[in-house]
Amino acid sequence: MPLALVHARYQLLETVRIPVAVVGSAFFPAATMLFFVVPFAGDDAVGATYATAAMITFAVMSANIFQYGIGVAEDRNQPWDPYTRTLPAGPAVRFTGRILAGVVLTYLSMLPVVVIAAVATAARVSPVQLLLGALGVAVVSAPFTLLGLAIGYSLPSRAATVVAQVVFFPLAFGGGLLSGPDDAPGFVRTIAPYLPTRGAVELMWAAVTDRRPDPLALVMLGVWIVVLAGVAGWAYRRDQGRRFR
Amino acid sequence: MILARAHQATRRYGEVLALDRVDLTVRAGELVGLLGPNGAGKSTLINLLVGLRHPTTGRVELFGGDPRDPAARRALGVTPQETGLPGTLRVGEVVDFVSAHFPDPVPRAELLDRFGLAEQARRQTGGLSGGQRRRLAVALAFVGRPRLVILDEPTTGLDVAARRTLWEAIRAFHAEGGTVLLSSHYLEEVEALAQRVVVIGRGRVLADDTVAAIRGIVGVHRVSFVADELPDLPGVVATERTDGRTHLLTTDADQLVRDLVGAGVPFRDLEVRPTSLEEAFLAITDGDRAEAATATA
Repeated sequence: MPLALVHARYQLLETVRIPVAVVGSAFFPAATMLFFVVPFAGDDAVGATYATAAMITFAVMSANIFQYGIGVAEDRNQPWDPYTRTLPAGPAVRFTGRILAGVVLTYLSMLPVVVIAAVATAARVSPVQLLLGALGVAVVSAPFTLLGLAIGYSLPSRAATVVAQVVFFPLAFGGGLLSGPDDAPGFVRTIAPYLPTRGAVELMWAAVTDRRPDPLALVMLGVWIVVLAGVAGWAYRRDQGRRFR
Repeated sequence: MILARAHQATRRYGEVLALDRVDLTVRAGELVGLLGPNGAGKSTLINLLVGLRHPTTGRVELFGGDPRDPAARRALGVTPQETGLPGTLRVGEVVDFVSAHFPDPVPRAELLDRFGLAEQARRQTGGLSGGQRRRLAVALAFVGRPRLVILDEPTTGLDVAARRTLWEAIRAFHAEGGTVLLSSHYLEEVEALAQRVVVIGRGRVLADDTVAAIRGIVGVHRVSFVADELPDLPGVVATERTDGRTHLLTTDADQLVRDLVGAGVPFRDLEVRPTSLEEAFLAITDGDRAEAATATA
């Protein structure tokens, strides 16, 4: 088995042994789905599909921000982390392993939303749209993975926990994940295109409906990915170089 | 053959100078003890050698390569701190994870048996006793059949029995041709295991020789007596007063006694004896501190 897969496997094993960690990132989107989408838009096939895609984006965002932001910061606290860096494997192996495990957990955390949508709402997608949506999840994971890594590598674990929690709600609300594509409050409509969540949800909507995505939001998503990759890379190098003062 | 080497290695953490132009060479088959008080720079030096950090200036080599290159670490065994084992993983899983990094690992059962952990294979590491965790941590250093093992304070916090078991494992590895670099602030440990001692204090190598030679080089004696006032005497490396006695550490006890008599100060109960390695070691460290103090003054 390639080493990166070994790392991913043990990463997952550690997470699964504390199942509440998995449940945590899946809970908020699933609950929102149950309390707001099912009763209010459940019978409207188009509205429910939009809302489901938005909740999946929400789940992807929170899963990634939390597992990387808090997970990485906590690991950095453990002496096990420097020990693994003395094993004959480069940073790429550990990094790839972590990302692979992250992708698996991301898909796990959005499953409840998909199940609720299929069982309790009128949301419908074609098999092709379902496949596109699944691919879309991998793409929109990128900015939030990078955001999580930037938080996790630059902050001590207590600060990372707070920042991850503070950051994720405004991103969800400001990006219009909690409102329909065209009925968001005015100020949300103004700021949304400049937040990574909007570009992400536009991509998801385009994947599962016939909506044409907002080009500004997509461009900004690209900008966010580049910027966050820069910050995450900087934080990672800074962390490897000097941990103790 | 040189397995690990530091050449004029200096490491700063911001304002703090943790290592100051350190030279160290570890050759195949050696069992080297790295001795120094907490904060002396032992862990920093080890971190450089295992590739966790890079020197601010100077050079470190592992098997002739850069320790930060994973390939250079293939024949290296390192032990994690006992508190750092992932608590939810089982003992066997931790061993398997580490094994996966090496081409020819020691089979899990054999390794666990050697370190007396066979019955704990299915336990989560979080449920082990402190001694068991420590043994697992040390066992991990030997998984990949290393040629060089670097152990940072391997027996800190162990009871006497567990410490002996660990010493046996280290001796057995060395007897089969393995090379060991171990840090400790226990002199007993270094004396029991190492042939060569490198004394580190305030980020510098203070001495690098055999245990016996370190004693010889320093040759520190303790001159103690009861006196009301203490004249200013040359050649004293450390002074302390306990229970009304004055203790002077010196490298030349004969001359000190002559000076003491010459000073005409009344004293009684004179006693001269060689110091323990610990005292010798403190004397070098203190001497270094005094020297540093005069240098900055």
